[in-house]
Amino acid sequence: MSRRISGAAGWVVLVVAAIGVLFPVYYAVVGSVMGPRDLASYPPSLLPHSLHLDNLRDVFTVIPLGRQYLNSVLQAGLITLSQLVTSVLAAYAFAFLPFRWRAAVFGIFLTTLMVPWEAVILPNYLLISGWGLADTLPGLVLPFLVNAFGVFLLRQSFLQFPRELRDAARVDGCSHLRFLWRILLPLQKPALAATAVYVFLSAWNQYFWPLLITSTPTMQTLQIGITQLRDAEAADPGLILAGVTLSVLPTLALVIFGQRFIVRGLVAGSSR
Amino acid sequence: MVSSTLTTASTKGTDASTKGADVVGPRRRQREFFIAWLFLLPSLVGLGIFVFYPLVRSVYLSVHGNDIFGGAGAYVGARNYAQMLASPEFRQVLVNTLLFTLLTVVPGVLGALAVVLLLETRIRATRVFRTAFAIPLAFSAASASVVFAVIYNPAIGVANGVLGQLGIDRIGWLTDPSIALLSVSITTVWMQFGFGVLVLAAGVGGISPTIFEAARLDGANGWRLARSITIPLLGPQLFFLVVVSTIHALQSFGQIHILTKGGPDGATTTLVYSIYQQAFAFGSSNFGLASAQALVLLLIVLACTAVQFGVLERKVHYS
Repeated sequence: MSRRISGAAGWVVLVVAAIGVLFPVYYAVVGSVMGPRDLASYPPSLLPHSLHLDNLRDVFTVIPLGRQYLNSVLQAGLITLSQLVTSVLAAYAFAFLPFRWRAAVFGIFLTTLMVPWEAVILPNYLLISGWGLADTLPGLVLPFLVNAFGVFLLRQSFLQFPRELRDAARVDGCSHLRFLWRILLPLQKPALAATAVYVFLSAWNQYFWPLLITSTPTMQTLQIGITQLRDAEAADPGLILAGVTLSVLPTLALVIFGQRFIVRGLVAGSSR
Repeated sequence: MVSSTLTTASTKGTDASTKGADVVGPRRRQREFFIAWLFLLPSLVGLGIFVFYPLVRSVYLSVHGNDIFGGAGAYVGARNYAQMLASPEFRQVLVNTLLFTLLTVVPGVLGALAVVLLLETRIRATRVFRTAFAIPLAFSAASASVVFAVIYNPAIGVANGVLGQLGIDRIGWLTDPSIALLSVSITTVWMQFGFGVLVLAAGVGGISPTIFEAARLDGANGWRLARSITIPLLGPQLFFLVVVSTIHALQSFGQIHILTKGGPDGATTTLVYSIYQQAFAFGSSNFGLASAQALVLLLIVLACTAVQFGVLERKVHYS
């Protein structure tokens, strides 16, 4: 009897917690199609009384949202692609190629994971603007094209690769790049996906650097764009929430459908 | 281009002796040495330019004054550090940072633990709930903060609407100096809650089911099972979560900038936000003072990581 009650209480706690966590998501989506009267009513209404799709259209004219979407796709896409390529190469060297000072060089890579980006953001700002790259796409992505996180995660995964298989390929005269491309990488899809999902998610969600390095609305990313909806003269909650909803769609899809990769990436990423 | 050279380079040494694991000859080993550095080159160059050089430059900036454009001025020795340590504002910044860390890490970790413990006995619902709790991970600091800014809106926000229904007076969520840091913390906990749930759920998934079965046969259930079996076995994940959440809290910027801009009256200015303000926000770019604070941030995060590695090392040793 008491066990059944505590079991039911557990369910209640879980459901209440889930509602609490999901409410801001619900409010962002539903609020973006609520009319201004619903959003401004007191007490606030939690259900739309009519469907207003205007916000989802108007938000493209208040800020250059289409262009900012493209900027974010380019920014996060370039960072992800570059980190994948450079990390695969470096991880391969650490996992398969014996060379002098390997442990020391790997130690140097690990050290960079302990440096919080915020601690080196000022010199990077001076560097990039000194190169005249402020407010450009290269300036937006350059400092993030390389990161030791992917190297760390992929090396860990490469080390699981059966040694016999690799030696057999080498004896057969298989070159390093051929082995990497034809044999190793096809078997490393989960690790590659985990790296890509994690890198894309954090690049897409960047705020501090795009805030510093971009200034014209057409060069800014979505993350900066949606905050400017709030600072706009007549800040309209419907428009703000419409911007948020549109900006969060790609990462929402990643979180829902790529969850297992996220767990893997987060666990590896947070062991920094 | 590169690929073709590499291919010929590494196929040439195929005739080399094949004994045991050592399948390569000395010439080929020399080529491997070369290839290894070639593969490492892009990463080394990138990390050198965008991590190591900036670290050195931070130290350089921190012992120099600045001209009006934020460039380094004359050498001033430890003056920036002295000024930083002497200022009551900086002490307030450190207190804010500590409070913010506590207000985000403690509820975040305990909440995630509670959820995971409750989920553990409800296997079939686990996936749905885990996904539900993971969804805020899709939100950036910017999108989460913007949504919470609407919710916290003093006049039309849902937060005050709900309080109003309960007969409680409106709260200045972002304008009351005694509440603002809590409001920013709530937003932060919301953003990172899913991370904790995923990490701890992965930890529970890694515990052998036979351990639970044995404990249940012995009559352990509910809280007893959690206290004597699950929580101790989740030790590594909990520890890891505390360290990582602490580092996350120390690095938080977006939610503070968007929700409160460090205010009201400096009540939400944490270390990272203070760095930003010194460098960019007050019209005068004090890169020297900002860099000194950035190095304090670096030292605190390094200390956290050192603790983490120290404990992990010991754990690996004994297992």
